[in-house]
Amino acid sequence: MDTLLQKIATDNGLILSFAVIGLVVLCSGYISRWLTMGRIQGSAIAILIGLALAYVGGRMTGGSKGLADVTYFSGIALMGGNMLRDFAIVATAFEVHPAEAKRAGGIGAIALLIGTVLPFVIGVSVAWAFGYRDAVSLTTIGAGAITYIVGPVTGTAIGATPEVITLSIAAGVFKAIFVMVMTPMLANFMRLKTPRSAMVFGGLAGTVSGVSAGLAATDRKLVPYGALVATFHTGIGCLLAPSVLYFVVRALV
Amino acid sequence: MTIYGTALLAACHILGIVLGELLGRALGVKTNVGGVGIAMLLLIAARYHGHTRGWLAAKSEDGVNYWAALYIPVVIAMAMQQNVLKAISGGPMALLAAVLTVAACTLCISVINRREVIGSHDESPNATRS
Repeated sequence: MDTLLQKIATDNGLILSFAVIGLVVLCSGYISRWLTMGRIQGSAIAILIGLALAYVGGRMTGGSKGLADVTYFSGIALMGGNMLRDFAIVATAFEVHPAEAKRAGGIGAIALLIGTVLPFVIGVSVAWAFGYRDAVSLTTIGAGAITYIVGPVTGTAIGATPEVITLSIAAGVFKAIFVMVMTPMLANFMRLKTPRSAMVFGGLAGTVSGVSAGLAATDRKLVPYGALVATFHTGIGCLLAPSVLYFVVRALV
Repeated sequence: MTIYGTALLAACHILGIVLGELLGRALGVKTNVGGVGIAMLLLIAARYHGHTRGWLAAKSEDGVNYWAALYIPVVIAMAMQQNVLKAISGGPMALLAAVLTVAACTLCISVINRREVIGSHDESPNATRS
C-alpha cells in the first residue's frame, strides 16, 4: 500500500504539489483571518509555513532541497524550481506599466550597484572579524552576502576551499530567508508602496528568491517591478565579485 | 486562444534567457546576466505592441494571466525547498553576515525611498505648491 501511494505520488509529483500548495494557501488564509485578524497577509504566513516545512524536510532527509527531498513531495522541486519560478515571474511583467518602469530605471540601476557592493563589503568585514585574512576566503564570503549563487560561483572561480564556499552559501541562504520574512514587517519603514520603491528594493535587497517572496508577502502588485531589477542581481554579482571586487580585496590585504 | 498567450510568454522567456546567456558570455561571466529581466522587458514590449496594433486578444491574455496568478503558489513551493538546514548549519558567521547585510540594505532602501515622496510630488502634474 505504501509503495503504491509512493508510486502515485512520484508519478504525479507536480499535480500533487498543486494540491499541497493549495491546501497550505487555504490554511494560511484562515490563520491570517482568524489568528492575526488580517494583520499578517496570508501569503506571508504561507511562505513561513513553507520555510518551516523546508526545515522539517531537511531534518528528515538530510538533503539540500527541503521538503522536496521527501519522496512524497518531490513534485515541489518542479513547481518551485527555477524554471516555473522564472516563468511565473516573467508572466507578472504583463502587469507592468512601461512608463512607471522607465521612470525608475535609473534609480533601479543605482540600487542594483549599491546592492552588490554594500553586501559584499559587509560580508568581507564579518569574515575578517571572524579571523579570515586571505583574499580568496574574504572575497568568497563577501560574494555569498550578495546572493547564494554569487558565493559559490565566485569561490569556484578564484579557488576557495569547500568549507568557505559552504559558508558563503549559508550566508546567502540566510539573507534570502531574512528578506522573505522581514520584508512585510519592514515594508512601512522602507516606504515600499510605489513601483519605483519596489524597484529600489529589488536592486538593494537582491536575491530573486528573497525579493519575489518578500514582495509577494507584502503587496502582490509590486512584484513585477521588484523582480525586474532583482533578476539582474546574480548576474551583476557574478560579474563583479570574482573580478573587480576580488582585485580590490587582494590589494587591501 | 489561450495557448497563444502562454506561447507568447514562453517565447519571451526563452528568448530572454538566450539573450541573458549571450550577455553573460560577452561579459565573460559563467552565469546568465538578467535573462529573466530581459524576458520581462520583451513581454512588456510585446503586450504594448499587441495592444496598439490590436493583435492581442483578451482571450490570449488569459494564457499569461493564469501564470501570473500562479506566481505566489510557485513562490511558496520555492520556500518549501530552501536549504534552511544548511543556512542554520552555517553558524554564527553566516547568520551575522546575513543580518548585517539585510539591516544595511533596509536602511539604504528606506533612505532612497523616503526621498521619492518629495520627488514625485514635484513631478506630478496636479501637485499644488504648499
